[in-house]
Amino acid sequence: MKSRRISLIVNGVRHEVDTLPLRRLLDVLREDLGLTGTKEGCGEGECGACSVLINDELVNSCLVPVLQAEGSRISTIESLASEGTLHPVQQAFAEAGGAQCGICTPGMIMATMALLSTNQQPSREEIREGLEGNLCRCTGYIRIFEAVEKASGQHR
Amino acid sequence: MQSSVVGTSVLRKEARSKVTGRAQYVDDLNLPGMLHGATIRSSIPRGRILDIQFLPGIPWDEFTIVTARDIPGKNIVTLAVDDQPYLASEQVNHAQEPILLLAHHDKDLVRKARAYVRVDYDPLPAVFNMEDALARTTVIWGQDNVFKRFQINKGDVDRVWDQAAFIVEGEYSTGAQEQLYIEPNGMVASANEDGVTVWGSMQCPFYVQKALMPLFNMPPEKIRVIQQETGGAFGGKEEYPSMIAGHAALLSWKSGKPVKLIYDREEDMAATTKRHPSRTRHKTAVSADGRLLAMEIEFVIEGGAYCTLTPVVLSRGTIHAAGPYRCDNVRVRSTAVATNTPPHGAFRGFGAPQSLFALERHMNKVARVVGLSPEEFRARNLLRTGDTTATGQLMTDSVDLPALQCRALTLAGYEEKTREFAEKNPSRSRKKGIGFATFFHGAGFTGSGERYLQSVVTLQAERDGSVTILSSMTEMGQGTNTILAQIAAETLGISYTSVNVPRPDTAHVPNSGPTVASRTAMVVGGLVRTAALKLKQTLLDNNLLPEGYSEDQFTTAVQHYTDHCGPLRASAQYKEPPNIFWDDSKYQGDAYGAYSWAVYVAEVSVDIVTGEVQVDDFVALQEVGRVLNPVLAAGQIEGGVAQGIGLALYEDVVWRDGVMANSQMTNYIIPTTCDIPPIRVFFEEQPYAYSGTGAKGIGELPMDGPAPAVLNAVENALGIAFDHAPVLPEHILEALGRREAA
Repeated sequence: MKSRRISLIVNGVRHEVDTLPLRRLLDVLREDLGLTGTKEGCGEGECGACSVLINDELVNSCLVPVLQAEGSRISTIESLASEGTLHPVQQAFAEAGGAQCGICTPGMIMATMALLSTNQQPSREEIREGLEGNLCRCTGYIRIFEAVEKASGQHR
Repeated sequence: MQSSVVGTSVLRKEARSKVTGRAQYVDDLNLPGMLHGATIRSSIPRGRILDIQFLPGIPWDEFTIVTARDIPGKNIVTLAVDDQPYLASEQVNHAQEPILLLAHHDKDLVRKARAYVRVDYDPLPAVFNMEDALARTTVIWGQDNVFKRFQINKGDVDRVWDQAAFIVEGEYSTGAQEQLYIEPNGMVASANEDGVTVWGSMQCPFYVQKALMPLFNMPPEKIRVIQQETGGAFGGKEEYPSMIAGHAALLSWKSGKPVKLIYDREEDMAATTKRHPSRTRHKTAVSADGRLLAMEIEFVIEGGAYCTLTPVVLSRGTIHAAGPYRCDNVRVRSTAVATNTPPHGAFRGFGAPQSLFALERHMNKVARVVGLSPEEFRARNLLRTGDTTATGQLMTDSVDLPALQCRALTLAGYEEKTREFAEKNPSRSRKKGIGFATFFHGAGFTGSGERYLQSVVTLQAERDGSVTILSSMTEMGQGTNTILAQIAAETLGISYTSVNVPRPDTAHVPNSGPTVASRTAMVVGGLVRTAALKLKQTLLDNNLLPEGYSEDQFTTAVQHYTDHCGPLRASAQYKEPPNIFWDDSKYQGDAYGAYSWAVYVAEVSVDIVTGEVQVDDFVALQEVGRVLNPVLAAGQIEGGVAQGIGLALYEDVVWRDGVMANSQMTNYIIPTTCDIPPIRVFFEEQPYAYSGTGAKGIGELPMDGPAPAVLNAVENALGIAFDHAPVLPEHILEALGRREAA
């Protein structure tokens, strides 16, 4: 297979990358664009550590051939904090103890962004369902739920 | 002076780097000219290696290839017993055993090349389970397949059986469990004649250093080990990183280039360590009024093909086997056997979850036979101050276990729910049940372990008034950096943000021991405090710090001191608390400096159509000494409970010819957001006198209780006892079918 030039809009910036079209979006983000905030946990779409948004939709970037993302808007964890100020969702994860080892955190935060973009005040049940595709082994999820509630302005 | 920062929920030190994705894990590290490594592993469980062939289709001349013959030093992963090679040369003893290493600059090509190496074997008979290992039909390790045996004797059980009103026997077992940290194992290495440097995901940098020294025949100052941000470990990155570091370093040694060796998930799950499978047999004598007269316990664990940490795991499981109960006559006999599977290793709890699972299931059975409720039977037999444990350790803690149990049951609404479920279950297809476990966990190394470790911590005051903690304790999510900084800040009277905790680098930090065994808060936290007191004392002795000094005055004092006297540093080394005595030959005495105590209550519903169990509510009440950071402490408990629920209901390692058949996240199931109940965490705090900070161990405790509590609840729901964890829907449906047939 031959390399080809693929155009991606990542975190608002257009990039042209020369790559094999079937390479995983995850590898292009991490290796070609140096955006290592997106993590690989399983490489088979089970754990959600590689979650990013493509045109505002949550995907596992380990399952997406880069060709499929051509011309799309891609958002990664690096898009959130600006000028040293944390995004409210990041701030809530930090304060609630939603990040322990931190390896699932970028994916979990991107999944939260996707959830909150369609449901600004999710119930605990809706949070559980919304984050079901993202595995965490450290927290038992309780503090992640609290972080999402905190970020959505719901204090218990 | 600062107001107290210990006991508050300051943000974790790495909060910002973790929520922004800037934290640097090993796979995020790229060195110029770096190659990517891969490991060729045995495809059979036991046999002689006859031939290795490199099949056409791969540009082999571009590859760096390492075999056992390329090892400059000793081909042994140095740990406890010298039995495990870095690379098998003549014989393999388990599937997935490393044989050969490859490296190339093209990551995808390396991955592809793995399939083009063919190893031919002459298979040998193999042993796959503890029964066959104990029967010695084939001897695969030592003289008798036995890594280690222990025996604890208290009183004389044999004198008691005749006097007992009841004798209750039971057998319980647990399967292997995968740690499943979300970040797979990995290392980057750079090695040449001048020395070896490795960066990686690990719990114990000095274990890695100790293992690399003989591999390269180099002194410690030439082996530098640097921890990267570590994405979960749970024991799974205690000893295996020594293997991966060695492999990456060997590839770098031979190629002359830095090498990155990252496991993919399947390789990590199939090849690296898991929780030891266990089988426990209990025989218990009880008086007519429900007092424990004798406990005889036989505990067996499966260790895999090499010894690794198995004797230490067996030790902890053995000591915890009789639990927090008073009984004058106890005999525990334990055995760890070899099998031709990848070596089992450390996993949170380290043998205790296995033997406590058995005990807390068995206590329910004994209660039923005796005719008492599980809570009343336990209450009559729990340890009280002044009693002795199975090893004869005098309980000096003022913790009131019956009261702790009572409080947990009240918090869970146990009494009302027990009544309600009994009344309503007959008409429900989702049967509800509630159960609990009462247990303890010893903190720190067993017996004389801490004395041998002689851990050291150093604090260094910087000219800007900040203080750096130099220790080998690793942050892997549990909060090490944060609690150690809190302790230093409070002791020195400076702000939390003025304390830096760099990631361990063996070139710069003293050996504070490994980050294992729930020892960080209790043991190393105390050393940080002692070192901070010394550092402050130096400033006081030089009349540089006024009474009730401010942080600015502290900074001025440090500047003055460093300008006139040189660097300001203070170290502390572990000293054993007084009155600790442990006899390693008899397994008698003070097994641990301190114990944490807990009562966990689980409420479940069981769908009798699908066999599925859902945990609906969970109460975790514990006494862990002083809580240093409430958010982090609760996070430890919640995470441990989730892993314990996994052990109880979901996490089933399927073995096929000595190898994990379900080594993917698709078919090895850990709890998701939808499987976890509300976990209600409560602490009682009785500061421990000898840790300096009042803290005892917390990390492993929550792994011990959930599995027996959940299975006790399932029994309560169905009236059927399940004595193997995990209990899966098919087990429940089979048991319901059997009952219907009968």
